[in-house]
Amino acid sequence: MDILATESRITTGSRGTRLLGLAALAGVLALLVFAFVLTDPDVRTHPTSGEEFGQFDAVRLLYLHVPMAILTYAAYALCAAASAGYLLRRTPWWDVTAHAAAEVGTLVCALVLVTGSIWGRPVWNTWWEWGDVRLMTTLLLFLLFLGYLALRRAAVDPESAARPAAVVALVAVLDIPLVNRSVEWWENRTLHQKSTLAELKIEDLTLFTLVLGIVVFGLVVTWLLLHRFRVGWLERAEVTHGIDRAIAERRGVASTTGVDSTVGQTREES
Amino acid sequence: MREVLADLSLVAAKDLRIEFRSRVLANQVAPFALLVLVLFGVALDADQRTLRSFAPGLFWVAVLLCALLAVQRSVAVERADDAVVGLRLSGMSPSALFLGKATAVLVQLLVLEVLLTGGIIVLYRSSVEDVALLVLTGLTAGVAVAAAGTLYGAMAAGLGVRETLLPILLLPVLAPVLIGATRAFDDALGAAAVDGWAWLVLLAGLAVVLTLVGALAYRVLVED
Amino acid sequence: MSVVELRGVVAVLGRFPALAGLDLTVAAGETVLVQGPNGGGKSTLLRLCAGLVVPTRGEARVLGFDLVVERHAVRRRVGLLGHATGLYDDLTVAENVIFWARAAGLGRAAEARANWALGRLGLDGPLADQAVRTVSAGQRRRTSLAALAVRRPDLWLLDEPHAGLDQEGRDVVDDLIGEAVAAGATVIVSSHELDRVRRLSPRVVTLAGGTLVGDRLGVVRDA
Repeated sequence: MDILATESRITTGSRGTRLLGLAALAGVLALLVFAFVLTDPDVRTHPTSGEEFGQFDAVRLLYLHVPMAILTYAAYALCAAASAGYLLRRTPWWDVTAHAAAEVGTLVCALVLVTGSIWGRPVWNTWWEWGDVRLMTTLLLFLLFLGYLALRRAAVDPESAARPAAVVALVAVLDIPLVNRSVEWWENRTLHQKSTLAELKIEDLTLFTLVLGIVVFGLVVTWLLLHRFRVGWLERAEVTHGIDRAIAERRGVASTTGVDSTVGQTREES
Repeated sequence: MREVLADLSLVAAKDLRIEFRSRVLANQVAPFALLVLVLFGVALDADQRTLRSFAPGLFWVAVLLCALLAVQRSVAVERADDAVVGLRLSGMSPSALFLGKATAVLVQLLVLEVLLTGGIIVLYRSSVEDVALLVLTGLTAGVAVAAAGTLYGAMAAGLGVRETLLPILLLPVLAPVLIGATRAFDDALGAAAVDGWAWLVLLAGLAVVLTLVGALAYRVLVED
Repeated sequence: MSVVELRGVVAVLGRFPALAGLDLTVAAGETVLVQGPNGGGKSTLLRLCAGLVVPTRGEARVLGFDLVVERHAVRRRVGLLGHATGLYDDLTVAENVIFWARAAGLGRAAEARANWALGRLGLDGPLADQAVRTVSAGQRRRTSLAALAVRRPDLWLLDEPHAGLDQEGRDVVDDLIGEAVAAGATVIVSSHELDRVRRLSPRVVTLAGGTLVGDRLGVVRDA
């Protein structure tokens, strides 16, 4: 915990994360080229009428949307696992991990909702579809974690938020199957393809771009997680450091008031 | 186990006695519940057919809003003069404490539900077609709401943060309860052709899970 | 056996080290007066001994239990009178005391014990059936003491027990403390009223800046 005392310039970067960051950046550029230039739009021809149908250029958004959705759920799963770890072990490492995962997960989740909505406009002819299971589940998950982050921010010091936050994260993730099930029954319909990968004409290039998307967003999310974790860790170190200083200061106060109380004593005894 | 039941009823009876004396439910929450029904009516332009078919959803939204008030009151009772310190020193098990507080909230919710049922019958012309389903749904969904509310109420209060945190924490968790209870009421009130009893099963599952999670998590929250 | 054993205890509230390395030992059956300037750590010391504040560093044992891992065992054996009275406004004086007696697990004996405590603190008669909301601050404080006395704690932690009480009330508090000590309990009292508490105890401990700056046997008057 002496990071603050020894290192003059504090950064959350390291050689590893800088390389990772560069790789992620290059990956994003490559992914954009593949998704928006090299792959074909989704155009299918009806076997009898010969009419053209499909998702056309909108399908390109899926190369971003689907990997991000997968990463959102991965980040929230990590948050839940770290929360459980915290409740079992009670060490700050787990707590800082859970917080980092929740924050990054919520950011990606917001992007998933936005890209999904933009994609839905041309393909489903609506920005938002009530009763779609995955849509509703993801939105509620997003709202649950907004509550989680609000709770984190409301706490005076990071320690006191740790346990309630862990409970909230676990309940949120446990709630997911229930939300999923209830929405599924609710409208008993879903616009989502059972699997996006299955319905599209899967060509080698399409599949490659999707896998590339998952890898690239995996890198981006890992990079964000590492930095967010380090910020959280430094915050903790700062608190500990501040406490050490405060103890020293307070003990300094004690030695001076010691004199005062002696004065007080002589007065009382007279 | 006997001890847990004794502590549970001690805490629940205490909360209900305080409620009976202070009449916050009767003087503030119940009128608020009716006000919500009237506001929905005005907002939806008082079209009888629309109101009748929306009645189940409006009913449960009103219950959730009232539950927020009931939970905040339940927390405030302990916080006003720091009685919560006494509870922590008492040696009562946190689970018993949780179940006691939740039971008191449940009883108040049930009273409100009866009132709101009268409200939708009179104001929205709803008609009860399946009494058993209506009663069981009211009870099971009430358990789920009271359990989750008590847990999250303690959480928001334990952090010493404003009551504003409670709705954003609690309402998303209760989304499946809202959906389930609304659907079951759709059937019980004849507002839509669905199988309400299947939804009741989902609600029962939710009530059990939330109560168990609450009783366990409360221990984690109040242990220091 | 010592009832309180603190070695180098640091207790951090938020980011503030309310106790900044405190050493204190209190023997069984002792009565200790804690004094010192405001913000010196008196209240935190009492809350720590009640198992409500967890020591961040140092070793802390109360009634033989470790305060970090066994503080639940400590809690049910101590009685704490804090700044707040910990009562329910809408219940009567008697209902409050009976509730806390039941909460302490006294079962059937709860009511009898509560009546004893009410009588002991001069709260019997019509006053007992008044809502706490309507009684005076002094009567409220007495009710709180009654709720503490019914528990018959092994360690009494009293934060300014004389504050807001009239002469008669103060005498009652002192008698109550005397009886508890006679029955084998240990008492830690924080007070600004030295003269009064000195009659109870010769040991005066001074806290400032979250540490111990004085621990001596004072002159006992009226001995």
